[in-house]
Amino acid sequence: MKALRKLLDNIKPHVSKGGRFEKLHSTFDAFETLLFVPNHTNKNGVHVRDYADMKRTMIIVVMALVPTLLFGIWNTGYQHFLALGESAPFWDVFLHGLVRVLPLIVVSYVTGLSIEFAVAQIRGHEVNEGFLVSGMLIPLILPVDVPLWMVVLATAFAVILGKEIFGGTGMNIWNPALLARAFLFFAYPAQMSGDLVWISGLNEMGAQIADGFSGATALGAAVLGDTDKYTLIDSFLGFLPGSIGETSTLAILLGAVVLIFTGVGNWKIMLSVFVGGFLMGWVFNVFGTESTNGLMHISAIQHLTLGGFAFGAVFMATDPVSATRTERGKWIYGFLIGVFAILIRVFNPAYPEGMMLAILLLNTFAPLIDYFVVDRNIKRRLKRSVVKA
Amino acid sequence: MSEVIKIRKGLNIPLAGKAEKVFGQTHLPGLFAIKPTDFHGLTPKMVVKADDLVQIGSVLFHDKFRPEIKFVSPVSGVVKDIVRGERRIIQEVIIENNGKDEYVDFGAQTFASLNREVVIQKMLETGAWPYLRQRPYNILANPEVTPKAIFISGFDTSPLAIDIEFALAGQEDAFKAGIEVLKFLAPEVHLGLEKNSASKAYSGLSGVKIHHFSGPHPAGNVGIQIHHTTPINKGERVWTVQPQDVVSIGNIFLTGKHDFTRVVAVAGSEVKKPLYYRSRLGSSVSELLKDNLKEGSLRIISGNVLTGDQIPDDGYLGFFHNLITVIPEGDEYEFLGWALPGFGKFSHSRTFFSWLRKDKKEYKLNANKHGSVRAIVVSGEYEKVLPMDILFEFLIKAIMSDDVDKMEQLGIYEIVEEDIALCEYADTSKQELQSILRGGIELMIKELG
Repeated sequence: MKALRKLLDNIKPHVSKGGRFEKLHSTFDAFETLLFVPNHTNKNGVHVRDYADMKRTMIIVVMALVPTLLFGIWNTGYQHFLALGESAPFWDVFLHGLVRVLPLIVVSYVTGLSIEFAVAQIRGHEVNEGFLVSGMLIPLILPVDVPLWMVVLATAFAVILGKEIFGGTGMNIWNPALLARAFLFFAYPAQMSGDLVWISGLNEMGAQIADGFSGATALGAAVLGDTDKYTLIDSFLGFLPGSIGETSTLAILLGAVVLIFTGVGNWKIMLSVFVGGFLMGWVFNVFGTESTNGLMHISAIQHLTLGGFAFGAVFMATDPVSATRTERGKWIYGFLIGVFAILIRVFNPAYPEGMMLAILLLNTFAPLIDYFVVDRNIKRRLKRSVVKA
Repeated sequence: MSEVIKIRKGLNIPLAGKAEKVFGQTHLPGLFAIKPTDFHGLTPKMVVKADDLVQIGSVLFHDKFRPEIKFVSPVSGVVKDIVRGERRIIQEVIIENNGKDEYVDFGAQTFASLNREVVIQKMLETGAWPYLRQRPYNILANPEVTPKAIFISGFDTSPLAIDIEFALAGQEDAFKAGIEVLKFLAPEVHLGLEKNSASKAYSGLSGVKIHHFSGPHPAGNVGIQIHHTTPINKGERVWTVQPQDVVSIGNIFLTGKHDFTRVVAVAGSEVKKPLYYRSRLGSSVSELLKDNLKEGSLRIISGNVLTGDQIPDDGYLGFFHNLITVIPEGDEYEFLGWALPGFGKFSHSRTFFSWLRKDKKEYKLNANKHGSVRAIVVSGEYEKVLPMDILFEFLIKAIMSDDVDKMEQLGIYEIVEEDIALCEYADTSKQELQSILRGGIELMIKELG
């Protein structure tokens, strides 16, 4: 530790103003503050500050993602061997998943962080911690067979056009991870949908696929009328194909507990998303009994465990920057996300996934929702002074 | 007896080193200072210069734009120095104490002879006027304005604050006299008390509206109490006074002398023996801290850790402060500090494992920033510790964008730095919220008067 500190202190003058490498200051600062909490003390205002800072907040979110990550890695292997009709020992399954998932994570972080470092350097600002979370989220919402070069493109798109042009962390309108996903969805739809992309290696298996096995997701099967392909227990626990991190509602809920308990994730948004989604699903169950659209027959409760709904509710909708900022607004925002997610999912059989689009839509309207909440606050204050007069 | 107003939002920061309710022995130091920077809205114009002789109550300086508002000396002796900072702003007027306590006799006054003009005149002349602070903005009170009320908070909930009822013991008569004087200045006098207040000073006051409050800090802040009882609307004024200052006001009318004695406490984790002391306003802290501090790099604060000013170890107690807090400076690096479990790190969030330590009741907190300044990311943080119907995040953003109309609409008339100090404490983005708020207030004064 002391040696490390000494090393950093020795390098510092060279990267500070006047030094030969002063242009690399942001890069040096990013690594220095990663290793050591800086020795800066409070100057103007409070003398004591809370220990929690941006880095702590971000690391808690990454911790909350660990259950879904670990399950997702295992499930990748599990679905692969299921498709082959083979049974394999636990570590083989896990290792298979790890080998397929790790490169996605590495590519996501390397692309995103390189861009963030470069932009921070150009601006002369400190590197912000926002991408520590986005970098983990992006792979978890992609199908495992996505080509790595697509991940690079999508991440670059999200970071540059989704975040940096608006001013960086804290300034973005839309959730950057979802922008990456949306980019791939619209630019390379063939690789993002269908029956073959969700399971590792399914594309190449050909004749080796086990008899009767279909790589369709639960939603994909429901469109064709098969609403019982996966039981509620299966979809809750996560033993079904899908994007890497989205399948296990249980793992996601574990993450939700961590986020809510530490105060980092907003429970109001999570709860209202689930409520909104459930209500919409229930409406379809009740009014859609005659319909040929298989998606209407999926039970309301099962809707919450399928697709990217739970993952979006817990990890995407709760992104504080792109969500509504007022406490009242969060109820409305979350509820509408739930409603729209199921609505889009049911009425869009060509690609039965509405969560991403619902969240991006509500990201756009979040400032409007806040506007009305703020307006009510202002009116309350004005009314008070009129009454006095 | 009014019902108890429950303040739900807020936070009691469990700092170590609370002062024991025992008076320590000390004698008055040689140097005292009145700091013009303690008063918002003041442009000081010096009346004395170095080497002038002064008595307790002699005018040192007055407000340039309202010369009737005078600031007087708390000790008798000689003016030692007038310390100026950048742009020639007067920072300290230092007086050397001759130890003789020679008072200017302003003449005692019977209450029968008082009316509003006489009271104002006497308070201006004796240098007691600055005790009154005016809301909105927490500036010097304007003698030409009649406020809708005078509000006093009878208890202090800030970290390591003194027990005001303990401090007032023995001065009940002067306090009551002060209240009688204040009644002439406004149609209503309000007093905010703790739920279980038992002080003799606060009982038996007639013509005073009493409110009881319970809850965490900032329940003791006068701004929060005003908000929950008689909120300030556009065009309204409320004057606030601190209880020990009310005692001084009472004594002026009872005895004709402006007595600056104050009960203060020296507290904090780096103080060897945190105790109460009988001191005087404007006192140098050197005597109180002598042989009383632990080793290491320290931060000495006149006031509390949320709103106080950093002073050197021979600095001076602020005009409105009755507490000296000493904590570690914390100017060290911490290896991977943000990633470690942090069992000993108190946090209002539960992102550190200190919430597991039910046994730990107090913490040694230092002045380290614990992070770097970032854009505002996390939402709802400010609301958790601000018990007011004000959307503070939107107000602060309106201030940052110089939007005077929005600032007015969002409640800048009701809020001052001490009310949002906890927001600044809790802010994960490490913004200087109090400083930004004062900037917004100054813009309001400039634009709207």
